[in-house]
Amino acid sequence: MLSVELAYWQQTLLRTVGVLAAVLLPAGALVQLFLFKAVSFMQSRLGPMEAGPHGSLQLFAEVGKWIQKEDIVPDRADARLFKLAPYLVVGTVLLVYLAIPFGPDAVFADLEGGIFYALAASSVSVIGVLIAGWASANKYSLLGGLRAAGQLIAYELPLVLAVMGVVIQAGTLNLQRIVTAQADGSIFGFGAIGLPFAITQIVGFVVFLIAMQAELTQTPFDMPVAESELVTGFMTEYSGMRFLLFFIGEFAAVGALSAVAATLFLGGWYFPGLDHDANYMNVLGPIILLAKILLLSFVVFWVRFTYPRFREDQLQKFAWTVLIPISLLNIVGTMILKVAF
Amino acid sequence: MTVTESQKLAYVAGQAAEARVNLEIETEGMTLNLGPQHPATHGTLRIVAKLDGEQVVACEPIMGYMHRGYEKLTEVRTYPQVTTLVNRIDWLGHFANEVPFILAAETLMDIEAPPRAQWIRTIFFEMARIANITLFLGDMGVQLGALTPVFYAFRDREYVLNQMEAVTGGRFHPNFDRIGGLRDDLPKGWIADTKAVMDKVRNFCDVMEDLLVGNEIFDSRTRGIGVIPAEVALGFGLTGANLRASGVDWDLRRDQPVGLAWNEVDWKVWTHPDGDSFARYWVRLQETREAAHIIDQLLDNIPAGPVMAKVPRIIKVPEGEAWVSTENPLGEMGYYIVSKGDLGPFRCKIKSASFNNISVVPWVTRGVYVPDVITILASLYFILGDIDR
Repeated sequence: MLSVELAYWQQTLLRTVGVLAAVLLPAGALVQLFLFKAVSFMQSRLGPMEAGPHGSLQLFAEVGKWIQKEDIVPDRADARLFKLAPYLVVGTVLLVYLAIPFGPDAVFADLEGGIFYALAASSVSVIGVLIAGWASANKYSLLGGLRAAGQLIAYELPLVLAVMGVVIQAGTLNLQRIVTAQADGSIFGFGAIGLPFAITQIVGFVVFLIAMQAELTQTPFDMPVAESELVTGFMTEYSGMRFLLFFIGEFAAVGALSAVAATLFLGGWYFPGLDHDANYMNVLGPIILLAKILLLSFVVFWVRFTYPRFREDQLQKFAWTVLIPISLLNIVGTMILKVAF
Repeated sequence: MTVTESQKLAYVAGQAAEARVNLEIETEGMTLNLGPQHPATHGTLRIVAKLDGEQVVACEPIMGYMHRGYEKLTEVRTYPQVTTLVNRIDWLGHFANEVPFILAAETLMDIEAPPRAQWIRTIFFEMARIANITLFLGDMGVQLGALTPVFYAFRDREYVLNQMEAVTGGRFHPNFDRIGGLRDDLPKGWIADTKAVMDKVRNFCDVMEDLLVGNEIFDSRTRGIGVIPAEVALGFGLTGANLRASGVDWDLRRDQPVGLAWNEVDWKVWTHPDGDSFARYWVRLQETREAAHIIDQLLDNIPAGPVMAKVPRIIKVPEGEAWVSTENPLGEMGYYIVSKGDLGPFRCKIKSASFNNISVVPWVTRGVYVPDVITILASLYFILGDIDR
């Protein structure tokens, strides 16, 4: 714990500022680095070049633009729900970050059932999406919202089941202890790089990444927002600040789920060769975790801009007939090996 | 005013006909307006789809939001002025629109363009085809949610447009074809540059093949979707790649070369037996390669000579009627010109390919899901200007 004793209100303030930084920094970095630049290079264009050197201030220009826009609520929309939905979506992302450890002591809330809490919190956002789809009084939004609900529920299962393997192997639900288990682990006596669960749980890792892609409604699973058919689905009627909130929610969620994946499979804030009890890890840890988040989210964006999208029924079929059986088999295999070794 | 009993009955009957009521769970259908403003319609086509959940019960394209009255406008233009108008019908295949009109006028005047002009016309015709279809090849990806291919399409299409611009001065609206020949000859060094561009086009086709055709998601979204059997395709009057993708070996370039140079070179008409969205994509991909192949061969042996025949200074077309159609990028495009011996046509009927191609939409979208409507529309490949004229 921190060596200085802080009053409760000071701690709360620190945590609030910390969570906001933890959400907005990765989200901003993702948008600027990947959505603006990396993708532009993939598509043989330059991307934003005007705001700041090589467009590095584009993000601020965008935010400034969205804040100035008129906040339109459609006539026939259910105004109160319509206004509430974006906050729900962003709020759940903030909640996910609460449980993620950034260093040996740098954690907002060291929950005993940390991973259980993080996954439960991340699935609340579907309610916000459904509300947005329904309250917009728009057929495209309705279709988008319903698609999102069906998809997020279907992919919640493989996501949770993929995590089960890690939980069995680490023997704990606590995210902090999952990290230390990976740091202290060894591969047949070779302990130099610890034991990132991505190696033993490779099946779970791949299933998690796929389900994560669907959970985030990124291509190839972006039917809820399908631009060419549903005109961004549940977000169709939103403008100005509320659209910006959805936008932040979307990319902060990429960061949040990448952080969960990094913690579970890539060793979290730990980096091989460092002392995971040392105090300096509280400073280095967040940087290491951010690097891992960026690595995983790059994969998300890479896939997003490479593949076409599935159809709704193909997506459901893929979840129920491929991903869920595979992750169930993975759990059984992990259990047998856990007992055997 | 009171509502009579019969009016009530008529209303109820109308409602029942309007909404397909599912008797088991008592659900009502939903009418979804795709367009006039919708990203999938590339313009202002409106598609009214009656849905049951996400399944299409009935689907009807409504046209006319972009009608510009070109057929009527031709009546108050002189013959040389009409090419400026018709450039804008299929705005991606610009030059190809001019050719059948000029050919029809030439038929009436009994003028034949010199061989060099005919060869260059053929080259430009095929370049217009490439400029048109490359965009389809990329855009199909966008409609399926893959954003990247369309950027490559725009990039490589630009090389072709640059070559057109070098000769005609216009990227989109060359307005280069004249009765009796062409406005100008080719500039120096153009042939070598164009050959390099054709290599880029072939490379682009390979990239598209890698990015989309080999992709499993692309396969699952297009194979077996929107199947149009050969007899249905013929029945709805489909032309062009849409018809060839249904297995009908029909290409006006080969069957009716109307004096252009297609018969002088060695090329192949591509068909595909399946008739689904994938077949339509695949046939167009092969056609783009084939067009590059045709251009390469034509460039090697352009005959020498003038590019303009002897035509009177003031063009008056003798009385008569003529119909000429060619195999345009989107399908068969033809002009039926009625002349009364004036400076301009008395009446001009424009047959454009997309109008017929879009007419099959109600038939082919019955029972499919909303995402597939988008795929099918994209694979039928229409240009709004070509539908509404």
